[in-house]
Amino acid sequence: MSDLRHLRDDFPILATTMRGHPLVYLDSASTTQKPIQVIDAVSEYYKTLNANVHRGAYTLADEATTAYEGARRRIAGFIKAGSPAEVVFTRGTTSAINLVAYGWGLERLGEGDRILLTLMEHHSNVVPWQIIARHTGAELVYLSIDEDYRVDLTDLESALDERVKIVAVSGMSNVMGTIGPVQDLAAAAHAVGAVVVVDGAQMVPHLPTDVGDVGADFLAFGAHKMLGPTGIGALWGRPELLEEMEPAEGGGEMISDVQLYESRWAPVPHKFEAGTPPIAQAIGFGAAVEYLEKVGMEAVRSHEVEITGYALERLAEVPDLEVYGPRDLSERGGAVSFQLADIHAHDLATVLDEFGVAVRAGHHCAKPLMRHLAVPATARASFYVYNVEEDVDRLVEGLEEARRVFGLV
Amino acid sequence: MALDELYREVILDHYRNPRRKGVLEGDHIHAEGQNPSCGDEFSLDLAVEDGKIVDAAIQGIGCSISQASGSMMAEAIVGKALDEVTDLTHNFKLMMSIVDGENPVDPDRPGSVLGDLEALQGVRRFPVRIKCADLPWTTLEDALSQVG
Repeated sequence: MSDLRHLRDDFPILATTMRGHPLVYLDSASTTQKPIQVIDAVSEYYKTLNANVHRGAYTLADEATTAYEGARRRIAGFIKAGSPAEVVFTRGTTSAINLVAYGWGLERLGEGDRILLTLMEHHSNVVPWQIIARHTGAELVYLSIDEDYRVDLTDLESALDERVKIVAVSGMSNVMGTIGPVQDLAAAAHAVGAVVVVDGAQMVPHLPTDVGDVGADFLAFGAHKMLGPTGIGALWGRPELLEEMEPAEGGGEMISDVQLYESRWAPVPHKFEAGTPPIAQAIGFGAAVEYLEKVGMEAVRSHEVEITGYALERLAEVPDLEVYGPRDLSERGGAVSFQLADIHAHDLATVLDEFGVAVRAGHHCAKPLMRHLAVPATARASFYVYNVEEDVDRLVEGLEEARRVFGLV
Repeated sequence: MALDELYREVILDHYRNPRRKGVLEGDHIHAEGQNPSCGDEFSLDLAVEDGKIVDAAIQGIGCSISQASGSMMAEAIVGKALDEVTDLTHNFKLMMSIVDGENPVDPDRPGSVLGDLEALQGVRRFPVRIKCADLPWTTLEDALSQVG
């Protein structure tokens, strides 16, 4: 296994216990743990740099601004954006998608227009579009999921015509791990003049990302699923679209002039950043990206392929266990959803918790997908750079224990 | 161990073979409850005559704790007067530490206060699961509030 084991020392929480057992953290698709480098960056900011950004004439404020903008530059570099101005800081992936929905969709959509989604979208890439559809009279159309848990593109030609103005798709499913067919969809969408929004909440942390290759118009992602703090995320957009897009929020810092009855906006990206931003969190986001760059995203991906492969292999040994997701490792990331016999996912999570193993149980904020899979809930183990094979072994031991508790052995 | 206390045989039995599963025909009250954070669902039909629950039917999707709690509840309430059901609900919530007060269950006389429902006491050691056990009972309260 491409060994990233040495990274574990950077994560203080991995030395703690849960219910008396060393913590086995298998819920990184929900949120990742934080390395000391990120924790220190946030703490150092408050200790030595704290001041509001883009305002003060004094040196400390200038230094805070430099650090904040430095984080933006680093994040832009991480996704190979053309310039830092293409990166808008948001509260997270959800607010980045909402920014596109309100800033782009609200004024441009109308009766007869369509928004194309897929059945594997997280609620954060469904509900904003439902709201915009309600405001504008546009309608939602969905691409289904095939029996191999991939987005079904067989109906693409009939689903994607000139009526479609926005295509919004996940780069990686938080439930099945499926990598979304983003490039195919982007090419097809552009052929009919639609704008493509990618929910990169799972993709950007787990796959090397070059926005030029992705081919989308907007890419939303958040820091806390990639070693950074909560409360901060980013929207990357094509510069010409960001220029045209309206701000979704008004307030301080996003203006160049305010008159009594109208105002002029600040240049991109600041016109989208009303109010005092989460400065420490942005700096922590920058530190997280720096950490991932040092590890190398190719190494992150190959580690994930290997540990996911090992997990699928070990899970296949557990009787009566069904995995919902692609078998082919090249088509998936490290979120592994499963059901064990008639044991409900919450019960499974309780048993695993008793052994120090943290997994997610429930609908994973993807109810349309759960209905399609015809399961009320699944348990999900998900991996990141700090997970090792022993974590998978502990999971499998816990599952054996669950079978005993539920009288299946 | 605590897990075996939580997942007692009687709970697994009610989970796998829920009693009074289905819907009621004829005049009845209907209520539905869910825990949005986990997706558990529970629905309840009650037939009430002369201040007494004469029939009940349940349906639900969810974990063993929520569904077993509902099955045991359905068994416990049929034949009881409405004020007895209110007392039962209060005692259940006391036992589960959902409401403040002394646990009414007598450790020396198991089953004497809440019958099979006492098997759910093990849930108290798993605070995140208490809301699972409570779901059918909040649904019951909703149903009873509809009694004219």
